[in-house]
Amino acid sequence: MSQTAPEIEELIRLLGKLPGLGPRSARRAVLHLARRREQLLQPLATALAEVAEKARPCAICGNVDIGEICNVCADPDRDPSTLCVVEEVGDLWAMERAGAFRGRYHVLGGVLSALDGVGPEELRIPFLVERARAPEVTEVVLALNATVDGQTTAHVIAEALSGADVRVTSLAKGVPVGGELDYLDDGTISAALGARREI
Amino acid sequence: MSDTCFIKALDLRRFRSHVAFSRSFDGRPVAIFGPNGAGKTNIIEAISLLSPGRGLRAAKSEDMAGRPDPIGWAIRATADTVDGERELAVSIDLRTGGRRKLTVDEAPVGQAALGEVLRILWLTPAMDRLWIEGASERRRFLDRTTLAFDPKHAERSAAYERAMRERNRLLKEGVFDPSWLDALEAQMAEHGAQIVIARSKTVDRLRDAQEGASSAFPRADIAVVGEDSPAVDDLDATQYRQRLADSRRRDAAAGRTLFGPHRGDLEAIYKEKSMPARECSTGEQKALLISLVLATARGICAEISAPPILLLDEVAAHLDEGRRASLYDEIVDLGVQAWMTGTGPELFTALGSRAEMLELASPDSVAD
Repeated sequence: MSQTAPEIEELIRLLGKLPGLGPRSARRAVLHLARRREQLLQPLATALAEVAEKARPCAICGNVDIGEICNVCADPDRDPSTLCVVEEVGDLWAMERAGAFRGRYHVLGGVLSALDGVGPEELRIPFLVERARAPEVTEVVLALNATVDGQTTAHVIAEALSGADVRVTSLAKGVPVGGELDYLDDGTISAALGARREI
Repeated sequence: MSDTCFIKALDLRRFRSHVAFSRSFDGRPVAIFGPNGAGKTNIIEAISLLSPGRGLRAAKSEDMAGRPDPIGWAIRATADTVDGERELAVSIDLRTGGRRKLTVDEAPVGQAALGEVLRILWLTPAMDRLWIEGASERRRFLDRTTLAFDPKHAERSAAYERAMRERNRLLKEGVFDPSWLDALEAQMAEHGAQIVIARSKTVDRLRDAQEGASSAFPRADIAVVGEDSPAVDDLDATQYRQRLADSRRRDAAAGRTLFGPHRGDLEAIYKEKSMPARECSTGEQKALLISLVLATARGICAEISAPPILLLDEVAAHLDEGRRASLYDEIVDLGVQAWMTGTGPELFTALGSRAEMLELASPDSVAD
C-alpha cells in the first residue's frame, strides 16, 4: 500500500498526533500542503521553525510566548493587583479572547491529582503563593474547571493563600449567557441562586 | 398516558456475534427468540450500552468485539423521543487503542448525556441472585433505577467515585496533606450527600408507584440501609467531613474508605408476607424484581412523560403462564418498548400482535 516516501509518511505520522487530527485527516492535510507548496507549505515550515526556536513558557506566569517574559506579564498597562489562576495555557488564551480581564495570570499547567501523580509542587502553587504575597496584589481569581480535580485544586490553593493578605475569589457558576432556566439542571439553578447579586 | 419513547432503528456492526445487524421497529414490545447462541442477549446488551455505564453484562470493550478479528464495534440507534428523533451511536476502534466514542445527533457527548436521551432499565438472569448476594449488586440496581429517574445521578456518582479514588490514593501513598485531603473530603461529602438524597427519592417514588397501581406482581417494601453509609436525615456536611477526616488513619490501614454511600445497601421485604426478599423462594425473588422494574417504569411515565426502555433477558422462562400473561398486559398498558428474549416463540404467544417478533437464526446458519 505505502509507496509514499518515508519523509512524507513521517510528516503524516507527526501531524496525526495533533489534537483533532487522526491518520486520515493528517494524510489529507499533507496532500493539501503539498499542492500549495509556495502559499502554505513553506510559510508553515518557516513559522514552525521560528516558534520551535523562540517559544517558551513565560518565567513568571507560565503562558507560552516568544521570549523570557510573555506579553501579558511585560505589559505595563495590565493591572498588577489581580492575579487570575488558570489550569492550562489554553484557558489563559480563552480569557484573553474574552478581553474582560485586565490583570495578570498564573498558569498551573494542570490540576492536582494523586491518581495522575500531580502534586502541589508540580503545579507551582508555592510560587503562586510567593507572587500573591507581593504588596501590590490584592485579589486572586481562581478560574478553574468545575471538575473534581479542578475544585480540589481551587480548595487547596485557597487554603494555601489564607496566610497571604489577598481576597480569593472564583468565577461565578450559574445561568449561561443566553440560557433559559427551564433547560438548566437543578445543580446549576441552585448554584446560580447561591451566587445571585443585586441589579 | 405518556408520550412515546422507543428505538426505531438499530444497527450493529461487528458487535459480538452480529457482524451486521440492521432492523427497524415500530414501538411495540419486541420479542426476540431463537436457539442458544443466536445472539438474543447480544442485541439487548447493545441497547444497554446506549445508557451510561458498561452495559448489562458489565463487559470490557474488547470482549464485545466480534471474533475472530476483534478490531472494534459500532452500535447506532435512532430513537423516537419526546424531543423528536434522536440519533445515538457508540463505537470503539480497538486498533487505535482509543476509548469508546459516544455521539448524540452526531455530536460527541459524555456518558451522562446518554441518560438524558433514553432511560434504560434491565433484568438479566444474573440478577436472579440479587437479594442473596453481596450488597454491591443491589447498590448497582438501586443506582441504575435512580439514574432512570434522574440522569444527573451518573455525574454525581462519577464525581464521588473520582474524589474517593483520589483520597484513597493519597492515603495509600502516605501523603497526609491536610489541605489536599480536606479538599477531597469536602467533595466526597457534597456528592455523597447528593447520592444519598437521590437514592432516598427513588425509594419514595417506587413506594408511590407501587401503591397507586394494581399489579399481578408482589409489592416490595424497600429501604436504603447500611450502618456505614450516611442516613438521609443526618446529612450535616460539617459532620460528614469531620467523620472522614477522623477516619484517615483507619482508612489508610484498610486501604479503602470505610464510610460513605458506596457502603450502602438496598433492603426489600415481600410486603404481603412480611418476609425479607433474601428468604423468599427463587420465583418470589424474581417476581419482586420484576415488580420493582415495573414500578420504576410506571413512576417514570407518570413523572416525566417519557417511558423508559426495558430489557428483560430470559424473563418469560421463569414465570408460569398466568404471571407471564400479566407481565405482558402490564407492559402493553404502560406503553413501553420492552425487549424480551426467549428460546421459542411459544413463550410469547400471549402477546399476539401486541408485540413485534424478531426471530434470530442459529449461529451456524448465519455463518453459511
